[in-house]
Amino acid sequence: MNVIDLAKTPLREVNSRLQKLPKDTNERLWKLVNVHGEHACAVGLSQPIEVQIDGHIGYYCGGMNQEATIVVNGQCGVGLAENIMSGEVRVKGNASAAAGATGQGGLIVIEGDAGTRCGISMKGVDIVVGGSVGAMSAFMAQAGSLAVCGDAGANLGDSLYEARLYVQGKVESLGADCVEKTMTPHHLAKLERLLKRAGINADPNKFKRYGSARKLYNFHVDNVDAY
Amino acid sequence: MSSTPFYTPPRWSATFDPHSVAEIHRAAQTGIYDIRGAGAKRKVPHFDDLLFLGASISRYPLEGYREKCGTDVVLGTRFAKKPIHLKIPVTIAGMSFGSLSGNAKDALGRGASQMGTSTTTGDGGMTPEERKSSKTLVYQLLPSRYGMNPNDLRKADAIEVVVGQGAKPGGGGMLLGQKITERVAKMRTLPVGIDQRSACRHPDWTGPDDLTIKIQELREITDWEKPIYVKVGATRPYFDTALAVKSGADVVVLDGMQGGTAATQDVFIEHVGLPILAAIRPAVQALQDLDMHRKVQLIVSGGIRNGADVAKALALGADAVSIGTAALIALGDNDPHWEEEYKKLGSTAGCYDDWHEGRDPAGITTQDPELAKRLDPVKAGKRLANYLAVLTMETQIIARACGKSHVHNLEPDDLVALTVEAAAMAGVPLAGTNWIPGKSGM
Repeated sequence: MNVIDLAKTPLREVNSRLQKLPKDTNERLWKLVNVHGEHACAVGLSQPIEVQIDGHIGYYCGGMNQEATIVVNGQCGVGLAENIMSGEVRVKGNASAAAGATGQGGLIVIEGDAGTRCGISMKGVDIVVGGSVGAMSAFMAQAGSLAVCGDAGANLGDSLYEARLYVQGKVESLGADCVEKTMTPHHLAKLERLLKRAGINADPNKFKRYGSARKLYNFHVDNVDAY
Repeated sequence: MSSTPFYTPPRWSATFDPHSVAEIHRAAQTGIYDIRGAGAKRKVPHFDDLLFLGASISRYPLEGYREKCGTDVVLGTRFAKKPIHLKIPVTIAGMSFGSLSGNAKDALGRGASQMGTSTTTGDGGMTPEERKSSKTLVYQLLPSRYGMNPNDLRKADAIEVVVGQGAKPGGGGMLLGQKITERVAKMRTLPVGIDQRSACRHPDWTGPDDLTIKIQELREITDWEKPIYVKVGATRPYFDTALAVKSGADVVVLDGMQGGTAATQDVFIEHVGLPILAAIRPAVQALQDLDMHRKVQLIVSGGIRNGADVAKALALGADAVSIGTAALIALGDNDPHWEEEYKKLGSTAGCYDDWHEGRDPAGITTQDPELAKRLDPVKAGKRLANYLAVLTMETQIIARACGKSHVHNLEPDDLVALTVEAAAMAGVPLAGTNWIPGKSGM
């Protein structure tokens, strides 16, 4: 395993080294230490490598990730793995606001809690949260799945498109056009696979499913009270 | 002997003018506000309210057609490893594939590339066609992040973080379902035929402190190569410019209320934001106060029509201008050739602005394959190149008359204003006086 000490190596050099690794590199395991809340750490990676980050990390960790597996042994700042394309980003602690924002693919696992706007505008990423999520999570979420083992804050799934939402605990309130839906065997199987893939030990039968009522997909003046 | 009867013609109210009356009738009948494309149509203080003084005993002109007058501009000199070098100070503004046809995007790229300038993507991501036809392409990072991906980010020559646009600062957008074809829907990861809302706020940053970090992330992903622009609608130009600079922008793009949009509410277009004339000097002042004028470049847009407008914008302190509506007109938008069809749509050539409906007779603001076929991207690209060449030559003519060997040497001292309002906004004297309202006496 290659270890990089960010107390001695500038972030630019760290990101550049990781980004420029060839696709078939043998140097597949990396550990970053003394990260001290650096922002934009391990962003834009596009190789199937594994990066372990020891300590708390700042904004946009794992941003626009492609293929890499990133594990954070700590807490994360705003915009964890924003616009992730593929690969996996896992946080052992909590994540701040806008985790997985606009993510297009791949998997994000937050073993602790996530802040507000978790999964905002998600476009295909799967997000599993071991704890709870804050208000306005899955706002305008377009595609992908968000599974929350704890509770969800106010206005879950506001202006939701086609993303699937699963919550085990309480939902403070649902946002505009978000409704509870029947948990079919099909969805149950999908959730079971997702939890298993995330390595999260939870019973899918205890979750409720939420999705879009699709009533606001085309603007109509009769719906103006909903906005 | 009979007396001639008096006749008093019907008198329109200045307040309840024909347009206002028609709008009230329309609103009462439909129960919905008017949505349209383009920018502000009402008269606002603009570049027409300024004049160049030209040469005199104290100002020595350059010989037209003989002496060199440079037009090149370099954008992104502050931090980017690879700044953009353009031959002319006129760029093409961001317009999405989705709002525009693929042929229109292609034509914009061809025309701009022929003249050595840049085009810009739009909401919906980058198409391979526009990347291919655009020698220099600016990739927009918008709140919706439709089609955003790091591969395209790296293919771009510059990145533009869009905070707002002049036609609807704070408004986001909506691409109506009728323009959502399978390809457009796929690029945006949404079902076919539904209205596609473009968010008004970025999903992962709020405020200038976050923006600083966002820009850092974009630079880290692209190896600090690409110039980063920040585009704002003209609202609080002094503070927005200062905050963009503090956030690490290489280039600030400032869009006035005359700047076009693909679709938004008429009331929004006409009543929110500033005319570009009122916004340039405060933005330049912010750059000067931070000792960043010409170090962070300023691009202004919103109502640029001819070389005089370009020259006036540069004289007020901009490094370049950007055109959107004018570029579409150059391609063939609102061409009288299609008059019969404009009439069928309840409009007339020169006034057509229902760009959101996707029925554009000129084949530009549409996704209908039959209509889109009407626009030949090669011919339309040539028309745009011709227009850009004229804008550039006109700018040079004025610059030479003012004795400038480069268009960037134009300055506020070359200008006067025809109205008190324009004098105040542009910070130049009222013509025939040395009075700058709010600044000097007499």
